[in-house]
Amino acid sequence: MRPILLQGHERSLTQIKFNREGDLLFSCSKDHIINVWFAHNGERLGTYDGHNGTVWTIDVDSESRFLVSGSADNTLRLWSVQTGKCLYRWEFPTAVKRVAWSEDDSQVVCITEQRMGYQCAVRIFDIDREGDGTNQSKEPSSIFYPIGSKATLCSFAHVPNLILMGHESGKVALFDAKTGDEVLNNERAHMDVVTDLQLSPDRSYFITSSKDKTARLHETKTLTVLKTYTTETPLNSAAIAPGKPYVLLGGGQDAMSVTTTSLRQGKFETRFWHKIFEEEVGRVKGHFGPVNTIAVSPKGDCYASGGEDGFVRVHHFDESYFRAKPYGDLEIEE
Amino acid sequence: MAPNGVNGVHHEDDEGIDYSDIENKYKVKFEEGFDNILLVDGVPIIDEAKRGKLLDKIAKEFGRKGAPIKTADISVPWNDTNGKSKGFVFIEFKNAIDAAFAQTAMDGHPFDSKHTFRVNRFTDIERYADMDETYVDPEPDEYKPKEHLRSWLGDSQGRDQYATYRGDEVEIHWHGKPSQCEVAFSRQNWTDLYISWSPLGTYIATLHRQGVQLWGGASWGKQHRFAHPMVKLIDFSPCENYIVTWSNDPIVVPEGAQQGPQFFSPEDEGHNIAVWDVKTGNLLRTFPTAYPEGEDVKKQLQWPALKWSPDDKYVARVTPGQQISVYELPSMGLQGKKSIKIEGVVDFEWCPQGDKDREEAEAEAKGKSTRKPRENMLAYWTPEVANQPARVTLMNFPSRTLLRQKNLFNVTECKLHWQNQGDFLCVKVDRHTKTKKSIFCNLEIFRVREKDFPVEVVELKDAVTDFSWEPRGERFALISSSDPNLANPAPGITVKTDVSFYQLVRGKGDFKLLRTLSTRTSNTVRWSPRGRHVVLATIGSSSKSELEFWDLDFNADDTGRREGPSKEEWGSGIQHLGTADHYGVTDVEWDPSGRYLATSASAWRHTLENGYAIWDFRGQELEKHILDRFKQFLWRPRPRTLLTKEQQRQIRRNLKEYSRQFDEEDAAEESNISAELIAHRKRLVDEWNAWRTRVKAEMAEEQNRLGKKVESEADKQGEEEKEEIELWVDEVIEQIEEEVVE
Repeated sequence: MRPILLQGHERSLTQIKFNREGDLLFSCSKDHIINVWFAHNGERLGTYDGHNGTVWTIDVDSESRFLVSGSADNTLRLWSVQTGKCLYRWEFPTAVKRVAWSEDDSQVVCITEQRMGYQCAVRIFDIDREGDGTNQSKEPSSIFYPIGSKATLCSFAHVPNLILMGHESGKVALFDAKTGDEVLNNERAHMDVVTDLQLSPDRSYFITSSKDKTARLHETKTLTVLKTYTTETPLNSAAIAPGKPYVLLGGGQDAMSVTTTSLRQGKFETRFWHKIFEEEVGRVKGHFGPVNTIAVSPKGDCYASGGEDGFVRVHHFDESYFRAKPYGDLEIEE
Repeated sequence: MAPNGVNGVHHEDDEGIDYSDIENKYKVKFEEGFDNILLVDGVPIIDEAKRGKLLDKIAKEFGRKGAPIKTADISVPWNDTNGKSKGFVFIEFKNAIDAAFAQTAMDGHPFDSKHTFRVNRFTDIERYADMDETYVDPEPDEYKPKEHLRSWLGDSQGRDQYATYRGDEVEIHWHGKPSQCEVAFSRQNWTDLYISWSPLGTYIATLHRQGVQLWGGASWGKQHRFAHPMVKLIDFSPCENYIVTWSNDPIVVPEGAQQGPQFFSPEDEGHNIAVWDVKTGNLLRTFPTAYPEGEDVKKQLQWPALKWSPDDKYVARVTPGQQISVYELPSMGLQGKKSIKIEGVVDFEWCPQGDKDREEAEAEAKGKSTRKPRENMLAYWTPEVANQPARVTLMNFPSRTLLRQKNLFNVTECKLHWQNQGDFLCVKVDRHTKTKKSIFCNLEIFRVREKDFPVEVVELKDAVTDFSWEPRGERFALISSSDPNLANPAPGITVKTDVSFYQLVRGKGDFKLLRTLSTRTSNTVRWSPRGRHVVLATIGSSSKSELEFWDLDFNADDTGRREGPSKEEWGSGIQHLGTADHYGVTDVEWDPSGRYLATSASAWRHTLENGYAIWDFRGQELEKHILDRFKQFLWRPRPRTLLTKEQQRQIRRNLKEYSRQFDEEDAAEESNISAELIAHRKRLVDEWNAWRTRVKAEMAEEQNRLGKKVESEADKQGEEEKEEIELWVDEVIEQIEEEVVE
């Protein structure tokens, strides 16, 4: 099917996210705007206005009731998905680089940047889901400062109170949410900055992408590397396709050197790799800048990619995608 | 007060320690013996009367060579019976170093026409005089079998090899059918600069700060080394017997440097080029770099600086504007003791040896031949000097007879292109119009095998940028361009070119245009080493990187070479086989069999998408590797076939039979491979599934432990069923299009 081009941003995309049902697509960008779209036809449902800087990150809870966003205006905001109203805002000394909901929607984790003498901090907030959501506690339920390399990515791990983090040095680590201790780490998970981290539906394994041109699949519990996907371009994002044994990788020439490279050398395609065999299966062209973020609908029927070019492209898989068995009749567990 | 110790009379002092061993160890060694005395033989035998005169003369001679002595230091032994000197003298020097210097300086010094000095150390004389006269057999070294240097040719699958240099790693690969490709050898930091194969593929050369190292054999052991510090360029002779090295830094022989036939001696100092014998590793001769004359001429090194005759018998170098010097191998002496003086000579080329010539030469060497083999031949050209027109000359060598001269006018530049069998010589003459404003091109083609060397001229209106003979063929391809951008190349500008093919018309003896492919961007022609197939490539452009694969004998039967002019229409056999693209291609090279083409994008030129690709002759991509910091790709050359003409014909005749055999092998292997691959995938999936099952069980346990309700499959199913389905129906009932006319 022809991809749907979502033209609602004026600057490069930073993150896109599907809700649990896969019918809504949230996108945020450097132009301070958060948009929400109908995934099936690309119609814009609305915007979440208020941020005063690049919106680096968003996440929506499993009920599609609350949305959290983190921005370079040093705020973390809670929004009502339905009305678009800002329900609460937390203010920090530095920009918020990553937010994530816990599995049971009761907590939010966020990372603030290390800058201007302030340490990189990880804060966990308990979210009061009673009432209209405006009654939140100002103070985090726990806060800790990971030492060493800057943390750039975070998410709740497979069990409560464990936070999975990706670092600039290429390290992937598990932290205890309460004490802030590093429980487990893999220092050499990547050779360069970890750019994205997405978990499998049951959070038992996750995929990371890195500027070192590889993406890797890790087991959450042990942080052992299960699979490695080696490409020839720096990667910005990696996603796991539900229902099919594929992973999706996106990247391209660095944003700063894009103007000096032509479209075909830029490698701005979304790549499909076989999750188990570590072989490239196919590529989807379209963006004319690096792919910054990729998300696959939890239903596995479509995916979207957001690029440095300011566009989001939503691709619904064709019938043949579900029918095709390029590797024969091997039964592969989710 | 102290009775002992202070005066050092007794070593056994108060503590009774014996220091004699330490004192022995650190004792200052005095110059003992006669190291500072030299014995000079070959001195004239004289009477007492001439003694003073002789000593003065000897002292003067020594002084002239930088080893000054006084007459008082010379002692002359006398034969008392006849009152004459004994014909040798002793000379005492201040120390052993001075003596050693005088020995090297004066040994073999011609004193006068009858007398030559032989200088030896006095101690040596004594040593040799005391030698044991009985002969002792030297211990023979244990025989160690060496690896066969051509073992790769014995590969049971008949594969070719290629070398790649990426980052710090050099790899040797096998290349055959997809399943047979594998890495044969790899080594980190094998070379400091680059790698190079010898022309017959026997050795691989690596360049280091210290010099060149050759490697060979199945396990790539060290073969020979050539100690030329800071070597930058190397060149093998065609038969691999010799190697020429060049370094930008002039040769320096430091004090105490290793001496011997494999090392530079003080005479070589200041030179840049060295010629070595590959088999022994010995240095044969060194040369300084010759640059073209004149102040305004840009100093550009011509490489290869020394050009080899095809049979390795001679090597020649040109002193631009003056002469060509030809040296005989292996002595490296100037052939005929004089250079060939040619006023104004710019460049020359040896005529290559054809297969026939080689056979004849071999027969001659065995003494079986009745016919005299063709002599070596070289072609050179001189530009217009004073009143003399520019001239191309063919010369026989070593007889130095002029075979043919052709005068040319309005010449800017000439390029000599020999066909690889030595049948034709094409001189590409860049000519200017009277006003010297525009340049056009003439091809002067010498038919060397015919009587009186007839010359035919092909006139072209445009400038020719590339010219190439078909190997073993009668065709050539050239690239010409009338693009105004040609003269001033700028980055990002791709010059438009035309590619033309010409073929010899048998009988008539002239070359006729086969076909012109116009408005291309190709700037490089690469013929397959077997002829017939040709690739046109666009190299060094940032926007175009096309490869075009052409077949020039598309209608011809594969089993035999076309004999005589084909009956078909002129030029109808040219067929485009395919077009491919390798972004950023910098090098294009056919494999020795002419079946595969390798293209590479080297990090030495740019850093975008470095790597290499291998194509078949039709332009189908077989493999492509994008590798960071990829630098060099080189096919391993093959030596000439050992099969006779008759055996080759036999094979051609029975080609069908052989190919059936190979087809069977292929089929068997293919099924084998797919089975292997399927099994491999099955294993991967099984591993994954097992891991998933384990993880799922652990997760469930964990959830249980935490007292959470485990969602059963049934619950999930229920949820699914409750899902509301909203249908969006968008139906066009009627569409009316109104046209409003004002």
